[in-house]
Amino acid sequence: MVIFILRRLLQACFVMIIISLISFAIQDKLGDPVQQMVGMTVSQQERDQLRNELGLNDSFLSQYWRFAQGAIQGDLGTSYYYKEPALDVILDKLPATLELAFSAIFIIIIVAIPCGVWAAIKPKHPVSRLIMVVSSIGLSIPIFIVAILLVYVFSIELNLAPSFGRGETTNIFGVWESGFFTKDGLRHLLLPSMALAIALMPIFIRLIRAEMMEVLQSEYIRFAWSKGLSAPRIYFKHALKNTMLPVITVGGIQAGTLVAYTILTETIFQWPGMGFLFMDAVNRVDTPLVSAYLIVVGGIFVVTNTLVDLIYGLVNPTVRLASHGL
Amino acid sequence: MNLLSVSNLHVNFHMKERELAALIDVSFTLNRGERIAIVGESGAGKSVLGFSIVNLIGKPGYIHSGSIKLEDKELTSMNARQLQAIRGKRIAMIFQDPMMTLNPVLTIGDQLVEAIRNHTKISYKDARSIAIEKLHHVQIASPEKRFDQYPHELSGGMRQRVIIASVLLLNPDIIIADEPTTALDVTIQAEILQLLLAICRDNGVALVLISHDLGVVSKVAERTLVMYAGQIVEEGPTLEIINDPQHPYTQGLLNALPQMTLPGQRLNQIQGSMPSLAERPSGCAFHPRCPYATQKCKQQQPDFIYSGVSSVACFLVEDMLNEFADHDQEAQ
Amino acid sequence: MKYPKKDLIQPMSGSRWQHIWSGFVGDKLAVMALIIFAFYCIVALLAPLVAPYDVKDPAFMDLMNAEIAPMWISGDPRFLFGTDAQGRDLLSVILYGTRLSLTIGLCAVLIQATLGICIGLAAGYLGGRIDNFLMRCADIQLSFSNMMVAIVFLAIFQSLFGVAMYQQLAMVMLILVIGLTEWPLFARTIRASVLAERQKEYVDAARVMGLSSKRIMFRHILPNTLSPVLVIFTVQIANAIVAEAALSFLGLGMPATEPSLGSLISAGFAYMFAGSWWICVLPSMTLIILILVMNLLGDWLRDHLNPRTYKD
Repeated sequence: MVIFILRRLLQACFVMIIISLISFAIQDKLGDPVQQMVGMTVSQQERDQLRNELGLNDSFLSQYWRFAQGAIQGDLGTSYYYKEPALDVILDKLPATLELAFSAIFIIIIVAIPCGVWAAIKPKHPVSRLIMVVSSIGLSIPIFIVAILLVYVFSIELNLAPSFGRGETTNIFGVWESGFFTKDGLRHLLLPSMALAIALMPIFIRLIRAEMMEVLQSEYIRFAWSKGLSAPRIYFKHALKNTMLPVITVGGIQAGTLVAYTILTETIFQWPGMGFLFMDAVNRVDTPLVSAYLIVVGGIFVVTNTLVDLIYGLVNPTVRLASHGL
Repeated sequence: MNLLSVSNLHVNFHMKERELAALIDVSFTLNRGERIAIVGESGAGKSVLGFSIVNLIGKPGYIHSGSIKLEDKELTSMNARQLQAIRGKRIAMIFQDPMMTLNPVLTIGDQLVEAIRNHTKISYKDARSIAIEKLHHVQIASPEKRFDQYPHELSGGMRQRVIIASVLLLNPDIIIADEPTTALDVTIQAEILQLLLAICRDNGVALVLISHDLGVVSKVAERTLVMYAGQIVEEGPTLEIINDPQHPYTQGLLNALPQMTLPGQRLNQIQGSMPSLAERPSGCAFHPRCPYATQKCKQQQPDFIYSGVSSVACFLVEDMLNEFADHDQEAQ
Repeated sequence: MKYPKKDLIQPMSGSRWQHIWSGFVGDKLAVMALIIFAFYCIVALLAPLVAPYDVKDPAFMDLMNAEIAPMWISGDPRFLFGTDAQGRDLLSVILYGTRLSLTIGLCAVLIQATLGICIGLAAGYLGGRIDNFLMRCADIQLSFSNMMVAIVFLAIFQSLFGVAMYQQLAMVMLILVIGLTEWPLFARTIRASVLAERQKEYVDAARVMGLSSKRIMFRHILPNTLSPVLVIFTVQIANAIVAEAALSFLGLGMPATEPSLGSLISAGFAYMFAGSWWICVLPSMTLIILILVMNLLGDWLRDHLNPRTYKD
């Protein structure tokens, strides 16, 4: 187990170093901090002096080293636009994005699992056919069109839910602005989280169905039937757990897609989260913010992937043994 | 009354283009405590027969007609709930590959206890002690430890023991064992077979042993059914069948046993291979591979007759018997 | 039945393709999908001839005609699908947009396929450490979604070049970024096929005959991996078009002056609240139908060619 975690950590460090290199390269190549700091009136000589003081003439590696040291201490530079530490600006927006992502994941779990399982158990049933047809079509609709259609139907035509912003939020634990606790906040959350969930749902429904059908063909399920177990017990105790193993893996792979999709969703719904901030920063050429976003998202990403692996290990006893042995 | 009687069973596979017959007019009986064997090459329909008894054929197969009676209860007309009460409790099954038969994500204990608790109302603690006792019974060392382990932590032979234990949990009347030793090492095969035999004898459990190996069958079964292409072609006491096989197919199977050839000699294989369901030959299904086939064999299906040794469906045997009868008449 | 016959699949022969074709003609949904897809391709190819207006004509943009509803609503016979906010004929713009989207998708997937096939062949055939290393790279690449990588890189390039300069390079950048980020799918499938094919006797036979490994790879193995590649190719073009549309929607792709379907949808989104739904909805429908038929074709190919494709 220890080795397993160590190996994961090593991999995580490797990925983080690459990400930080990229982010640093962006900061280095884009935008001249001197230009940002001083006015037009400052002479070239003074600028050069400033460059030296800032260490901008040092070698790439030593500059990167300084950058990395700062990054570890939480210093990712100062946003040009907000004039605040980039990390603070981003962490400020983190709750909004996390709440959106968790709501979407929640919706996916409570809808995709029953649908996929049902479609696998009764493949010929009209409801299953409907589920499959809808998810096949859903797979072909890009997320931004899903979002646009949701806005059009529920916000413009039916006027059921607001189409932009986060609504009223409450502050919990002093640091977390949450939209979960007000009716207004939940109403605002409805469309964005639905758009995100609908866009990712078809993959999971199809995957769960395919895996479940394969598991149901297996000998151990047949053996379970021959023991005279009840159908619900076979489906939910014997088959579902085996079905979820590959689903968890794919879920981990989809984490990156989820991040990309939050950028799209937040842009469309003007959801004040990290993705929205990121696109703003790109448009304003706010490089410290862009590179800070990359590092934060990279960090979240590495953490999620490690978590997914750990969950996989918990569900799958075979993995657990392998780590016992090590 | 017979414990189990199967009569005129037809099982079909429902394919896109057409219906394929997997079992044709299969009938046999099984008495309490009796051990019978179903023998044939792969593809003969042995496993289909085994699974159809508890109605677990699996799509696209289904029971087309015929009856399967457990004592006086008709199994083919039972609903899912009634079948559940029979499966495991009265008729239990052992599968071919112990590596695939246990659910990899549940502990041995889970899989044993759930079988008991599913059929009888008893506390987890009592179920656990029964399970551990049965694990002990199938000669598994330190059953308490094994109880909490996962299947992949056990060897193949050990897993087959666990499966046998799980089958014994509810003291069933019939055990259907589908090639229970085929996937195991040769050394372990004999052990498992001995265990199975001892368990059936000690508890008076009837056994249906499905196997392609007449050598295995001869050690265990009292009576043998030989199947070819979804039909029973010969049926009789195991000893008689092995000493004096009547059907050319049974003869071929026996000759093919490695024990029947001298060292250095080629194995006596039966020419050709089992026809697939879709390409069933006319008349006697065995005629394309039969060294004695006549024109009649290609056109008509032989009926069962009693040869004096076993019941057999073959024109060759029929003709011979008729000849003897004619001789007898002439002699008189 | 219990002992499945050994894998006896022969290299694709003419009769097998014939068999697949006859099965295809029997499947109404697949035929319909192919017809629609062919229609898209032809229309895209002939866009300059088919389009009612020349998009390059300066008079094409006429603010006097802005936001006219489609013909069946406004009754204006000049504009079948209505006009957008700049007064451009929506039908013409959509035709050109489709052309652009398909071109970008196709080129990007060609890059993916070339890269993926080479890497897959190398990994599968050479094996050992090279294989290990390449597949590890593929894993890392796959674990970052291509969309995320594309967004990040295009965002970086946009800030690097400045918006005006970037817009001139947009098409090339899109093709490159989408093309370079999705090779692992091809590589893994090809590798799996190669590993399976390597076991077969004819490769040994070819080697015994003294043919070089390069020759064996390209002459013998490549044709046999054709069917899985065909499946991925179809699905990946659809994915590439979606990716392009999403990037353009974010403003990281094609500019509004030379719109692909994605940038059309993006531009139209703003007018939806004003009631001019068609500017956004009609390009969306065009895109959805295109993706749908391509996915249907891909699914059909997957089911009937039955190659070893990776699930993810």
